[in-house]
Amino acid sequence: MEVSTQDPPLDASAETMENPLYKKHTAVKRRDATISVLLGVATYAILACAAFIFLDIMRKGAPVVFESSFPFVNTEFFTQSPESLITFEIEDGSYFEMGSSEFYEWKRENPETRIVEEHAHPYSGGGILGPLVGTALLTGICIVVALFIGLATAIFLNEYSSKGKFMDMLRLAIMNLAGVPSIVFGLFGLGLFCLVAPVITDVPQERALFTIPIFFTDSYLSFEGWGTCMLAGGFTLAVMILPVIIAACEESLKAIPMGFREASLALGATKWQSISKSVLPYAFPGMLTASILGITRVAGETAPIMFTAALAHKDKLPWQDIPVNKNANFLAQSGEWTSGFVSQSVQAMPYHIYTVAARIPQNEWTRPMQYGSVFVFMVVVMLFAALSIFLRTRYRKKMKW
Amino acid sequence: MPDQESEETLSPEHSSASTSAQQPDLADVVIEVDDVNFSYVKGTDVLRDITMNIKRGEVTALIGPSGCGKSTLLRCLNRMNDLIPTAAITKGEIRILDTNVYDPKVDPIELRKHVGMVFQKYNPFPKSIYENVAFGLRIQGIKKKSVLDEAVERSLKSAGLWNEVKDRLDTSGLGLSGGQQQRLCIARTIAVEPKIVLMDEPCSALDPISTTIIEELITQLKEEFTIVIVTHNMQQATRVSDKTAYFYLGELIEMDDTIRIFNSPSRKETEDYISGRFG
Ligand SMILES: Nc1ncnc2c1ncn2[C@@H]1O[C@H](COP(=O)(O)OP(=O)(O)OP(=O)(O)O)[C@@H](O)[C@H]1O
Ligand SMILES: [Mg+2]
Repeated sequence: MEVSTQDPPLDASAETMENPLYKKHTAVKRRDATISVLLGVATYAILACAAFIFLDIMRKGAPVVFESSFPFVNTEFFTQSPESLITFEIEDGSYFEMGSSEFYEWKRENPETRIVEEHAHPYSGGGILGPLVGTALLTGICIVVALFIGLATAIFLNEYSSKGKFMDMLRLAIMNLAGVPSIVFGLFGLGLFCLVAPVITDVPQERALFTIPIFFTDSYLSFEGWGTCMLAGGFTLAVMILPVIIAACEESLKAIPMGFREASLALGATKWQSISKSVLPYAFPGMLTASILGITRVAGETAPIMFTAALAHKDKLPWQDIPVNKNANFLAQSGEWTSGFVSQSVQAMPYHIYTVAARIPQNEWTRPMQYGSVFVFMVVVMLFAALSIFLRTRYRKKMKW
Repeated sequence: MPDQESEETLSPEHSSASTSAQQPDLADVVIEVDDVNFSYVKGTDVLRDITMNIKRGEVTALIGPSGCGKSTLLRCLNRMNDLIPTAAITKGEIRILDTNVYDPKVDPIELRKHVGMVFQKYNPFPKSIYENVAFGLRIQGIKKKSVLDEAVERSLKSAGLWNEVKDRLDTSGLGLSGGQQQRLCIARTIAVEPKIVLMDEPCSALDPISTTIIEELITQLKEEFTIVIVTHNMQQATRVSDKTAYFYLGELIEMDDTIRIFNSPSRKETEDYISGRFG
């Protein structure tokens, strides 16, 4: 690969011409060396970019998250939701910087202190608990929905459907979903899940596409959409990673030897018995690993949740203060709680990063929140990716039929 | 081929099961293949005009060069070919226990409980030895531990595997040697108590010692089961089978007592094949 090895002293050429096994310096050989250098440069350039991004984020983000004294982690960063950062100076010249909730408390405690100069930096104070929780909920809903639909589709495509042109086209259509830009998925999710998906309600809204009365009850099945909420966001993300999940599930199913299916069928198993007892259990680890990788892809998406689920600011965590009718029985209450829970909007990491990076005035006070958020988010996603790779190698070793 | 039955006594090594078949008693015929054509893809028959009777308690060997349709015929008997959408019997009838198996009223799932199959490549599930053998019973909904225990022990004993594995029934079936795995597959098949066991080259992936063990096993199993075995090994056919059927290019050339096929076949093609001049 080294070019320097390619230029021996010129006088050696007389001898080397005679021995057919010696190195010859033809144009072909030179081209070979050049190409290998070019390929190497391209590869190392990528590595350099990745290293730069990673190190830069780490250098600026890690100090936000870690501290030099016990407990070594900035706990507030993980236990508070984003709020404004207030910086102010009081008359004696001392200078303060605190989150807005702390600031109002401080003002209540020191009512007589006169503040000379006060600045508010939106979203730059507090921590990232809200966005972390929101992203966890969105990806959780997403993965449940995507696995359910993806698994069903993969089983149908791989085990039940007959091979043919139509099925090939169906498969192609599914795979093409992977090429749809994510903003289109966001609008699609808005149009479908937020505006027309069916809900069961006693009082259908005017804008419902249509309503179907449910027999023997006062309720209606109203196609009025779920509104902007984590359910809509989770479903939108699920549609987005379906092609990946379906491909991964099909791959895992294909990896299970035909012999298992034949053997169980030959023992008198029905088709579903054969699939559920001697295919799925062995395919499942592979599917799960692939799905974890899917999570890492979907967790970082901003566009699909922008219209369907995400909020820049939210005071309460999703499980706080959900209105429930305290007089109803337990079942009704938990039903009400669940539907109240999933029909809230949430904060989400990618959207929060977008907010602090692009929608607020930038100054040195906003920087810790920006880099801290990015750093934490990157580490979380990388941990998931690592987990998936770890599981896959472990599972590959166990899979020895 | 009724004329063959009178000559049963010519074969010295015949078991009691086949000697009792001296009378041309139709009740003894468990598999009747009646003028069958079969095709995987419409228009190209892979099997043509196959007619053969297989009697209770006999081992029938199917021999013939590669691609002549032995596996295809075998898989017609338990309707495993149903897995291929375009595959169909285009002519004739296969009757097992006096029932046309391609009758719309016949449930292939029930049929396969009576007609078990052992595959060329041993394929135990990646489960414990116990669960492998109990699989067929479990999918029939049998949950009672005592019934399963009894069936597992009985099947493993019949398959000659009990003594080797009785102390490690809950270890993975994949941890056994190749020959043991194939016997585990046989145990798994006979655990559901089929009447007929189909074997598609059961020894082709095994070493000579394992092969001998399985051949001995087959001679024991024929007391209880009617066995149809596909083999490429002529010696194996002579060692284990009572009847041999020679197939060539999708046609049944000749079927007779094994001893006659190998000593004095009536067709020249058979003679050529078994003497190694062809195939
Ligand atoms: N799934 C299939 N679809 C279409 N044609 C098939 C299929 N399986 C087998 N065939 C064809 O049917 C013919 C008979 O095949 P079969 O597997 O029954 O042969 P065989 O006698 O068992 O051969 P071998 O001794 O090599 O196992 C062959 O020509 C083969 O190409
Ligand atoms: Mg075959």
